[in-house]
Amino acid sequence: MRDDAGSVLSRFQHGDVDAFETLFRMHQRAVQGWILRIVREPSAAEDVTIEAFWRMHQAHARFDPERGFEPWARRIATHSALDWLRRQKPESGMSPEMWDAVPAPAGSDAAINAEIRNTMVRAFARLPAKLRITALLAVVEERPQKEVANALGISIGAVKLRVFRALRLLRTDLKQQGITP
Amino acid sequence: MNRNHESGIRDEEVERMKHLLQNAVPPIGNDPEVTRDLWPGMLRRIHEESSRSAARVPWFDWALGGALLALAAVAPRTIPVILYYL
Repeated sequence: MRDDAGSVLSRFQHGDVDAFETLFRMHQRAVQGWILRIVREPSAAEDVTIEAFWRMHQAHARFDPERGFEPWARRIATHSALDWLRRQKPESGMSPEMWDAVPAPAGSDAAINAEIRNTMVRAFARLPAKLRITALLAVVEERPQKEVANALGISIGAVKLRVFRALRLLRTDLKQQGITP
Repeated sequence: MNRNHESGIRDEEVERMKHLLQNAVPPIGNDPEVTRDLWPGMLRRIHEESSRSAARVPWFDWALGGALLALAAVAPRTIPVILYYL
């Protein structure tokens, strides 16, 4: 079984499309789920998933079978999603009407009213993409910092720093909107 | 009251901002629903890109063609020589 897996990875490295299909089918769910956590739109997540696997297909010769497929795929998926975030205009998909319709998440604080949530969402959309992606994964999705660091290809210290900067920018933005967090 | 030296933001403010963010942006969760098979789309992308790259003329060919045209324009007597070597 392990030899089979090793053989698939090795064949993929040499550009075998059948091996690529096997890996695609094995990892599509995990990769797409990870991307969905970042882009937060199912249809965009599908497009970014295909883009991420296309990049993997293009980079097959640089893949090291010894290091495993999943971490490599996740890193490429994360960067594909980051590129997607960078291409989005800050306010796109963040209209007040849309967010009025978004129910408060289960277990949310009733004291945090819709206006604050809307303002927060708008401020969040204005953050630089690399801070937004780090805050999404580490704070919103509560993924372990090591996992976030590996996915982004940065150190754990850099993850902490980015989260801190994101929160500080959010606080400043909210204050400018007249909201004292 | 702990205050981060670099940022001037208190630890409790950080926690408050985290709480606000988590309430404003709901998490997708651990097992998002992913059902559609994307392999046909992936295969289409591979075929599109490979036919595009096959149709793409390398920059060197464009440069060579341009140089030959320029040579023919500057020295028309070279045209038969160029045609001979084509």
